[in-house]
Amino acid sequence: MPTVEPILEIRGVQKFFGGRQVLKNIDLVVAPGETVVIIGGSGSGKSTLLRTIIGEHAPDAGHVYLWGEDVCHASPRRLDKIRQRFGILFQSGALYSSMTVGENVALPLREHTDLDDKIIQMVVKMKLELVGLRDFENLMPSQVSGGMRKRVGLARAVARDPEILFYDEPTAGLDPIATSVCDQLVIDLRTKLGVTSLVVTHDMKSALRIADRLAMLYNGEFIAIGPPADFRQPADPRVRQFVEGLADGPIPLRVSKTDYLADLLGLHEKREPATGNRP
Amino acid sequence: MSTTGLVRLLERVGGQGEGFLAYLGGLGYLTLDALKHTALGLVIRPRIKIDETLFQMVRLGVRAVPIIALVQIFVGMILALQLAPVLADYGQLDKVATVVSIAVFRELGPLISAVVLTGFAGAAIAAELGTMVVGEEIAALRTSAIHPVRFLVVPRIIACLLTTVALTVLADIVGAVGGGLIDRWVLQGDSWQYYHTTIESLALKDFLTGLIKSAVFAFIIVLVSCYEGLSVTGGAEGVGRATTRSVVLAIFLIIAADCAFTTFFYFFW
Repeated sequence: MPTVEPILEIRGVQKFFGGRQVLKNIDLVVAPGETVVIIGGSGSGKSTLLRTIIGEHAPDAGHVYLWGEDVCHASPRRLDKIRQRFGILFQSGALYSSMTVGENVALPLREHTDLDDKIIQMVVKMKLELVGLRDFENLMPSQVSGGMRKRVGLARAVARDPEILFYDEPTAGLDPIATSVCDQLVIDLRTKLGVTSLVVTHDMKSALRIADRLAMLYNGEFIAIGPPADFRQPADPRVRQFVEGLADGPIPLRVSKTDYLADLLGLHEKREPATGNRP
Repeated sequence: MSTTGLVRLLERVGGQGEGFLAYLGGLGYLTLDALKHTALGLVIRPRIKIDETLFQMVRLGVRAVPIIALVQIFVGMILALQLAPVLADYGQLDKVATVVSIAVFRELGPLISAVVLTGFAGAAIAAELGTMVVGEEIAALRTSAIHPVRFLVVPRIIACLLTTVALTVLADIVGAVGGGLIDRWVLQGDSWQYYHTTIESLALKDFLTGLIKSAVFAFIIVLVSCYEGLSVTGGAEGVGRATTRSVVLAIFLIIAADCAFTTFFYFFW
C-alpha cells in the first residue's frame, strides 16, 4: 500500500542483549486500519520487538517511526505525546492492583483529558461493556480471573480511542471461548472503528483469524511476511513447522550450543569461552 | 599472586566500585526527578495526587502511630533507668528529666522513629513498587504516558515527609512521658516537677534540630525504598531482595546522615 502514509514504520532495527543479537535488521511497515500479526516461538524476539516499538527499549541500530515520528530518538515529552495516541494490552493485563477495575479504565482519561467525572464514568461503563464486564466495575483486579484481567486491560487500552493498538499475547491463558471473544473484538475494532492493530502472539488459530498480514519472526528476523493465505500452505519448512505445530522439523527444540557428550563428560571447562563476555 | 589473579582482583574491585557509583547515580537521578516533579506539581501545575497522598499518609504514617508510641515510651523508660544510677552518684537525680528530654528530643525521637518507619513504611514501599514492576504495572503507566515518578513517588515522598515529622513530634512527647513514668514510679519523683524541668531544659533548638533530622531521614527512607522498588528485576525473589536492601541501606544512610547532621549542629548551631 504505497500511497497511504504508514502509521508504523520499522527500519533496520537491531537489538543486542549481552552480546547476543535478539533482533537482526527488522523492517516492517503497517498501514492505517491494518491488522498485522507477528508470530514466532518463545525467544524469537517478538516481545523485544514490541517493547522497542513502544519505546521501552532503545534499539542498538535502526529506527521506529509512529506517525512519521522517530520513537527511539524522541524527547520524553514527544514520546509521551506519541504514547497518548496508542493503546497497549500487556500479556498479564498489567492492571493497577491498588485501583478498582473501573478506576483502571478511567485512569488514562483522568490523566490526559479534562473530561467531567460523569462523562468519564459513562465512558468507563461503555468500554467495560465492550469487553462484557460492565458489572465488574467496582471489583479489585485481585478479585477477577486472569482472563477477565486481560479483558479489563483491553478496555483500558481502548479507553481513549487509540489509533493503533498493540497486543502482547492477547489470547495466552484464555479459554477457547474467551479467545474467540478477544479475536472478535480485534476484528470489530478494525471494521467498526478503523483501529490499526499490531498483535504479537504464538496462537496460530487466532493469528489466522484476525490478521490482514502475518509476519513470522525466527531467530530475530522475519522469515515470512504475507497474507494469511500464504501461511495456510507455507512453502518454507520452518514456517510450516510452526504453523502446524510439529515437534520435528528445521526449528530445533534444543537450543544449547555446546556438544551434549562433551558437556556430560565435563570437557568444556578446559576450553576458553568463545566470547569475551564474563557472566 | 599471579598477574591474572591480580587482574581478576582489580576487575572485581573495579566492578564493585562501578556498581556502587551507578547505584548512587541512579539514586541521585531519582532524587532530582522526584524533586522536579514535586516542584512542578506544587508550583506550576497543581497536579499533585491529593487522594493518593492522603491514602499513603494513612498507610505509611497514621498506622505507625501505635508502634512508634510503644517503642518510644520504652526508649524513654530505658533512658531514665540507665541514667538514674549515674545521676544519683552525683546527687543529681532531679536532672533525669533534663537528660531524658534532651536525649529524646535531639536524638532518639527522630532516630528511633526513622528506624521503625524504615521497617514499617520503607519495606512496604519497596515491596509494593517492586511488585508493580514485576506485574508490568510500571511499564503500563509509562506507556500510557503517565510518569511513574510523578504518579507514585511524589505522593509517597510528601506523605512520608509529613508523617515522619509529625510522628517525631509524637515520639518526642511520648519518650519524655516514658522517662516521667520511671521518674514517678521507680525513682519516686514528682511528676509536676518532672514536667517543669523538661520544659525548662528544652530549647527551641533541641526541638528544631530533631525535626530537621527527621525530615532528612524521611527523604532517605522514601527515596531508597522507591529506588529499590522501581529497579526490581527477576520476579518475586527480586522483590524480596529489594525490600531487604532498602531496609538495610536506609538504616545505614539514616545513621550516617545523623552523624553528619549532629556534627554540623555541634559546630555551627
